[in-house]
Amino acid sequence: MNMTATIFFELALTFYFAAAIIGIVELFKGTKTTARMMLLSVILGFALHTISIIYRYVIAGHIPISNPHEATSFFSWCTVLLFLLLEFRYKIGLLGSFIMPVIFMLMLSSSMLPREIRPLSPVLQSYWFGIHAILAFLGNAAFAMAFGIGMMYLVQEHYVKSRHPGGLFQRLPSLQSLDEINYRLITIGFPLLTLAIITGAIWADKAWGGYLRGDPREVLSIATWLIYAIVLHARLIAGWRGRRAAVLSVIGFLIILISFFGIKLFKKGLHVFL
Amino acid sequence: MNIFVVGLNHKTADVDVREKLAFNGPKLEEGLTRLRALPDVKEVVILSTCNRVEIYTNVRDPQKASGSIKEFISGFHGINRDSLETSLYIHENIAAVKHIFRVASSLDSMVVGEPQILGQLKDAFDIALTKKTTGVLLNRLMKKAISVAKRVRTETKIAENAVSISFAAVELAKKIFEELSTKSFMLLGAGEMAELAARHLMNNGVKDVIVANRTFETGCNLAKEFNGRAVRFEDFPHEMVNADIVICSTGASKYVLLKDQMQKVMKERRHKPVFIIDISVPRNIDPEINDIDNVYLYDVDDLQGVVDSNVQERRKEAEKGEGIIAEEVETFQRWQSSLDAVPTIVALRERADAIKKEEVDKLLNKLHGLGEKEKKDIEYTAAAIINKLIHPPTVALKEDSEDKDVLIATIKRLYGLNEKGE
Repeated sequence: MNMTATIFFELALTFYFAAAIIGIVELFKGTKTTARMMLLSVILGFALHTISIIYRYVIAGHIPISNPHEATSFFSWCTVLLFLLLEFRYKIGLLGSFIMPVIFMLMLSSSMLPREIRPLSPVLQSYWFGIHAILAFLGNAAFAMAFGIGMMYLVQEHYVKSRHPGGLFQRLPSLQSLDEINYRLITIGFPLLTLAIITGAIWADKAWGGYLRGDPREVLSIATWLIYAIVLHARLIAGWRGRRAAVLSVIGFLIILISFFGIKLFKKGLHVFL
Repeated sequence: MNIFVVGLNHKTADVDVREKLAFNGPKLEEGLTRLRALPDVKEVVILSTCNRVEIYTNVRDPQKASGSIKEFISGFHGINRDSLETSLYIHENIAAVKHIFRVASSLDSMVVGEPQILGQLKDAFDIALTKKTTGVLLNRLMKKAISVAKRVRTETKIAENAVSISFAAVELAKKIFEELSTKSFMLLGAGEMAELAARHLMNNGVKDVIVANRTFETGCNLAKEFNGRAVRFEDFPHEMVNADIVICSTGASKYVLLKDQMQKVMKERRHKPVFIIDISVPRNIDPEINDIDNVYLYDVDDLQGVVDSNVQERRKEAEKGEGIIAEEVETFQRWQSSLDAVPTIVALRERADAIKKEEVDKLLNKLHGLGEKEKKDIEYTAAAIINKLIHPPTVALKEDSEDKDVLIATIKRLYGLNEKGE
């Protein structure tokens, strides 16, 4: 039944909440224990979250991204996955403190959306839909991490630029490594987003006959795509790096969030399930 | 057993006194041997660094020891006893333990939190060990001092921030660039401070060095020293395109680098970050340059400001360190008092008496019709047996021995003497 998935989801939410709180505590009073406790909470939350997603998949018989609750939950899952990969690959101090509150907010909004498993609406019963959605979420997860790293860059840059290196200066990574990781994340997210837009267009064509329908989500997705295209282009051609790249990656992700949640306020458009 | 410290440090004695009293090389070994030979001194360790000379001892009588150790110092170094008196301080027992813990943890150092002192203390202890001038008490004390210092280091941030200008510069460089070994470095002008900072950077991995000096000759010599290359001073803005870290001290009376020049440089660098340290007074680099993206400009006052706030930070952390030390002194004291044999002797005696009483009472209850004399004889025999049994351990406890703590622990265990609170 739906219940089991819900219990696992709630537990995951609880652990993410704990991780977010410990992450914030870590900013003020960092010790090895807080860092370890946070990572442990994230791992436990992620495991429970994974189970809840698999459960819904088994019940519904398709990837559980067919309503806003599932979509937001899946988006959070992709972001946590990427966070854990980054954490084990680079051991970036304080990354969790910057990103876990965001992930928790995503999960919280997911928890407030209706959860019933409905039969897949005919337009979604497409091979292309699954590919489009997974690519889009993985790409957005990369941008979410780029957002976190970008915020860290801006904080660290503020310390160095203001000539008052105090506070988190010692514990944050160097500007260079933050900038490089930010760039790498965007080079991962951008092709994923590009492919998501292409597969989305193909699917739209099959479902409605026409690549673009001009709904707000499509427009904002293209806007996001353009922002990240600018980030990459400016970096490669004009050598834009550091603060500007960080600012753009923060703005880019904010647009993603707007297109993700803001659209729903209009209750219009084709991406009703999202 | 009394822990006893005689010493002087940078606060109580000027450098000319400190250097006269230093125990260097062979002097240290000789000093250890001769101090150990003093009748009042049972154990000794000498710590001699450029900021302090301290003699840690375990003495029989602090009063007498104080005199004989001071006598020794003045004789050994050929210094008038009176002039010595003003510089020396003395700590006994708890105060001595606390002092040694504070020294090891670098709370008593000139630069609080500097890490060298712990290594120096370890060396001092090692030499005393090889000269066999220490025993149970000082061995335990030194090991404890080292572990307390490590605890203070890990549990507080006492050693975390740079407290000298050149270290602060290196620390900043490391937070701007991840890896200094791939970065190139430009020396603009050739002041002494600039050279010092340059050396620090080289020690931290910077390899590629460019020197631009008004006198080309001097620049060339300096470049040779750093294994770098010299360029003409007029060319430096052009060369800055390749430099990630720039240290400037030219002694010019006006700015040698202006904002629009730097903007051009940044464009050519493709906005790769650059860290510029202007240690000239008056400043040689237009402060407005800091407004350009990816340019980080620090002048001497900025760096001094960083150092000052780091020093503040260390002071705060030092207070936490004092707390840890107070705790550890207490633990040490508890251990030391357990070394005391008297309570163990008393406990042993009491235990034996209790057994005797129990068994004699049992026997007397069973045997009826005994006369007073027989009763007395039985009690007497029982007392004689237990006295003979506990005599050797009592004597052993009263003796002055090297491994007394082991002995006490063993006796307690064998006789099942568990004191209250243990």
